[in-house]
Amino acid sequence: MKAGVGVELENLWVRFGDFVAVRDASVKIEQGEFFSFLGPSGCGKTTILRTVSGFQEPSEGRVLIGGQNMAGIGPNKRPTALIFQNLALFPLMRVWENIAFSMEVKGHPKEARRKRADELLELIALGDQGDKFVHELSGGQRQRVAVARALAAEPQVLLLDEPLSALDLKLRQHMRTELRAIQKRVGLTFIYITHDQGEALTMSDHVAVMREGVIEQIGDGKTIYGDPATAFVASFVGENNAFAGTVKSIGARHAVIATGVGNLRARIATAARGALKPGDSAMLFIRPEALDIAETGSSGDNRLVGRVVNEEFEGQSSHVFLEGAGGAAIKMSLTNRGGQSRGTGAGTELTLGFDPDLAVALPSGALSAEE
Amino acid sequence: MPMTLAKWFKGFVDRNGIGMAAFMLIGVTVWILVLIVLPQLAMVDFSFRHDLPPGKVGGPEDVYTVTNYLYFIFGNPGNPDGYNAVDVLVFGRTLLAALFVTAFNFVLCYPIAYYLAQVARGGWARVLALSLVVPYWINEILRAFAFRVIFGDIGLINTVLKQLGLIDNSIDFIRADVALYAGLGYAYVLLMVFPLYNAIESLDRNQIEAARDMGASWWRIHWRIVMPFAKPGITSGCTMVFMLASGALAAPQILGGPSSLWFTQIIYQGFFEYFNWPRGAAYAIILLVSCMAIVLGMMKLFRVKMGEIGR
Repeated sequence: MKAGVGVELENLWVRFGDFVAVRDASVKIEQGEFFSFLGPSGCGKTTILRTVSGFQEPSEGRVLIGGQNMAGIGPNKRPTALIFQNLALFPLMRVWENIAFSMEVKGHPKEARRKRADELLELIALGDQGDKFVHELSGGQRQRVAVARALAAEPQVLLLDEPLSALDLKLRQHMRTELRAIQKRVGLTFIYITHDQGEALTMSDHVAVMREGVIEQIGDGKTIYGDPATAFVASFVGENNAFAGTVKSIGARHAVIATGVGNLRARIATAARGALKPGDSAMLFIRPEALDIAETGSSGDNRLVGRVVNEEFEGQSSHVFLEGAGGAAIKMSLTNRGGQSRGTGAGTELTLGFDPDLAVALPSGALSAEE
Repeated sequence: MPMTLAKWFKGFVDRNGIGMAAFMLIGVTVWILVLIVLPQLAMVDFSFRHDLPPGKVGGPEDVYTVTNYLYFIFGNPGNPDGYNAVDVLVFGRTLLAALFVTAFNFVLCYPIAYYLAQVARGGWARVLALSLVVPYWINEILRAFAFRVIFGDIGLINTVLKQLGLIDNSIDFIRADVALYAGLGYAYVLLMVFPLYNAIESLDRNQIEAARDMGASWWRIHWRIVMPFAKPGITSGCTMVFMLASGALAAPQILGGPSSLWFTQIIYQGFFEYFNWPRGAAYAIILLVSCMAIVLGMMKLFRVKMGEIGR
């Protein structure tokens, strides 16, 4: 197995007629890392993948794989292997022939192909399934065959286009762990495309969040989740209560924002330091799990009041949906310890509190349309 | 078994209503029985009879015989060669020529069908498909004559070649059967393109891209991915073209060289020049059975099942 290599995108633009699919994307993906492009459908993430694999030529900018410029090099000549969203396994070939196809292309004799296919089948724990046809396998098994087929090509970069989206939730979660384990074992660079933030956060070393062809933020999962760079990232990754308002005052690390539910204090996101001035329109985000029930009647710039609309009990946690001043929808997630009631029945008016360090202030911007 | 048949019948009537069910059942029965089975049986019957003047039909001499089949192989009794060289030779040449036309047609149509199915998009694809269909608005005979004009002694190709100074004397495309093969090939382009198009069109593009991503060259992608997938379409296209080419009459009549006879022309002569219907029928049956045997043999060779063709 060859070692992974790094991938670099330099000021990449991809246009289809008047439509700009990718806008000035620059990313440096280190060798051997698991890198995800995360974004809603149509954000350009698949186009980036096709540009790296060679099925799409950039309109401007460069793609470098292992430091080498890939301009004019076709998909069959690049050290990449692509796993398609629908896997694109060959239905008329046996499983082992599928896996050994890239070796067949290189002209290896049949015995060598079979031997290598069996080794890879062993790696994906399908040792005895080589003579079956693809349609005789389950969804998860097909998934693993697709991975084995890609690995057989001895790529240095493995590209995955939402390969888990066709699986059911349980299998998907299982395959996440498995993919990550395979990646660690083989040490290849994985570039993963997904619209599922859970997938991106659990598997990746780094995540690039995209919207409308633009990379909004690149960072590790914790940074993306805890310190979003734009309002879109804050609303797309994980759940967030968003409050629009104007900046009232700015401190060294915190800002107070006048919102519909009162004046609230929040940490200024790293990317927004110096960008917010008093009077600017701004957004304030508080994660549901950052909210807690505070003493009734207490006030301050980390307090807000809401009336409980509904409560969802989910076992280890409960989600409380409230309506704040001006009809603002607020969601609070509480961890359940024991079974006692906390007085969160529908209609109750609650005072909520939060740690301003866990709330984020950002300049106004587009929010995620998905909800 | 009778129970299930009765059940199927009841279900069929329930699903379609009595009127529609009756129409379909009677229609299909009449079609198969009256238009296909009975005439063919009559031909089989004819082929095993003597060629008798009308007065003797039904008389004591009207008995079953294999004379007509033996004639195909051995010719007239007292034939110096010992076998019917002319007819057997024409027969063999016709089948070979039909196989050649089929192969030629496949080579010609596969790229067109692939382009239409996987590469061309939207309006352009429609224009291309239409330009394949439009020539068929002209009837077969006229098309055949058009090829005579193109390939003739003072035809388009010879004139152009002479003008360009490439040749001094006209090339006799008709005698060389070039015109015949071109005409036959052209006549069945659609019958080959559409089954191929149908089959290739349903191939997932990702399969092609996956193969390409793994380094496969174009010919390997076609050999290992596209053609195996399109095998049912290839089979039905080739079957139709082979059957029709071996049974063609007008094109060989008009475009064939003076020395080349198509087996169908001999059958035609049997019926309408010698008025020997039994012999004509026997020859027609020989052609039919041989063609079917060849098609079935080919299907076995390429491991295609009958059910796949209908897909």
